[in-house]
Amino acid sequence: MSKGQWRSKASNKVILERALMLKNIRAFFDGKDVLEVETPLLSQFATTDPHLESLQSCFREQDCYLNTSPEYAMKRLLADSQQAIYQICKAFRDDELGVNHNPEFTMLEWYQPGYDDQQLMAELAELVTVLFGEANKEPVFITKSYQQVFEDSIGFNPHEVSAAQCYSLSLEKNIEIPQGLSADDDVNDWLDWLLTQKVLPSLASDCFTFIFDYPVAQCALAKIGANEQQVAVAKRFELFFGEMELANGFYELTDAEEQLSRFQLDNNVRIESGAAPKAIDENFIAALEHGLPECAGVAVGLDRLLMVKTACTHIEQVLIFPWQNS
Amino acid sequence: MATYSTNQFKNGLKIILDGDPCSITENNVVKPGKGQAFNKVKAKNLKTGRVLERTFKSTESVEAADVDEMNVEYLYSDGEYWHFMEPASFEQHAADKVAVGDAVKWIKGQELCVMTLWNGAPLVITPPNFVELAVAQTDPGLKGDTAQGATKPATLETGTEVKVPLFINEGDILKIDTRTGEYVSRA
Repeated sequence: MSKGQWRSKASNKVILERALMLKNIRAFFDGKDVLEVETPLLSQFATTDPHLESLQSCFREQDCYLNTSPEYAMKRLLADSQQAIYQICKAFRDDELGVNHNPEFTMLEWYQPGYDDQQLMAELAELVTVLFGEANKEPVFITKSYQQVFEDSIGFNPHEVSAAQCYSLSLEKNIEIPQGLSADDDVNDWLDWLLTQKVLPSLASDCFTFIFDYPVAQCALAKIGANEQQVAVAKRFELFFGEMELANGFYELTDAEEQLSRFQLDNNVRIESGAAPKAIDENFIAALEHGLPECAGVAVGLDRLLMVKTACTHIEQVLIFPWQNS
Repeated sequence: MATYSTNQFKNGLKIILDGDPCSITENNVVKPGKGQAFNKVKAKNLKTGRVLERTFKSTESVEAADVDEMNVEYLYSDGEYWHFMEPASFEQHAADKVAVGDAVKWIKGQELCVMTLWNGAPLVITPPNFVELAVAQTDPGLKGDTAQGATKPATLETGTEVKVPLFINEGDILKIDTRTGEYVSRA
């Protein structure tokens, strides 16, 4: 242990900015009649998402898991109450540590019945403007489809490309190829890599950018719809500032059967990659069977939003006690 | 073959990259939203000192490097090998010219060095950060020359040439920073 390990990593200014941000968020939702709720951080079910690992705990010898987001529980409530809700809570993810990652982080998540993805993007922009708006200096938002950001920066249509094409294009354009990524891999792993390596660095560094209409295979919990070219896309969006991801939202899937089969597919991917399958949250599926209202929902990483607000370059600078000295 | 998965990566972990032992100096998880994660790693090649940048698809495995470090005292050189001893066990290790590398410029005997071993064989010798060495040869300083920052070359007893202030004379003992190769003060 080095000296000073007990002290806060965040400056007083950052601690005050966080308190102000939380206050402003609550005022924003209060003004819109969106109800603040609390759902369990500790759940009997883990996420099946093959790219997320839940942290595991134990209660009276029964395995339980810290939530990777409050999504399932909030949707269960939504199916019951049919009312707009928001939550500010901690979320936990195993193996996520770095410049923009801490294993425990603060998430804002909200759901608006009757909204689609475009309407919720507009509301998120409104919230960000409230949080960032200063006299004479409103934040700038750019909105582009997933297809467009790839066409603009790499010059191909991500909905039509194959892993083999991504591989040869990377060789041709001298793009680094990570160890373990090959032409036989899922094309979505390649798209994730090229997004990180080429697309995001090409976004305007001092603006907020919405990316929407994701490839179908990256739908997660979003509805599948059609884009302007009548190609099937996932009604999912993400918000970035520069190249840092801040938020992920969906025009929410309400079909219980489809949701169940996506979870089963997740588990198949897990088994193929040598990871353990996870029990499917039957309460969540039952809620969808009961009926989730047509709605859109979004999760926002508040620590990262605070990094943008306070011009911090490492997530540790906005956390009072980051993982290393938690 | 021992391996490490990317989720075991941390600073100081020794892995094999391009056939050489390397020490991780930076490990950052990057993830573009909900998808596949990647580890962006900076690692120092322990043979050459060069820093490499590498990216791994998360959950990839990488070969572990069997690297140890120990404190040793420099004894002598027979021209082909440099001989070091573990002070506690008196066990001796011979390092070749490649392993000794630049350390040869700063050691004359009895210095406490760090020996890095790879698969049990000496890989790198790191001399103490500061050494004290006598000046074997230098031109006389000009009396009364007090110009700030002016230097002249001086050859140390190990044969290494360093830049020293004009007032330094032959036989003076100098404190040298081995990391920069620069004169610090008279000892």
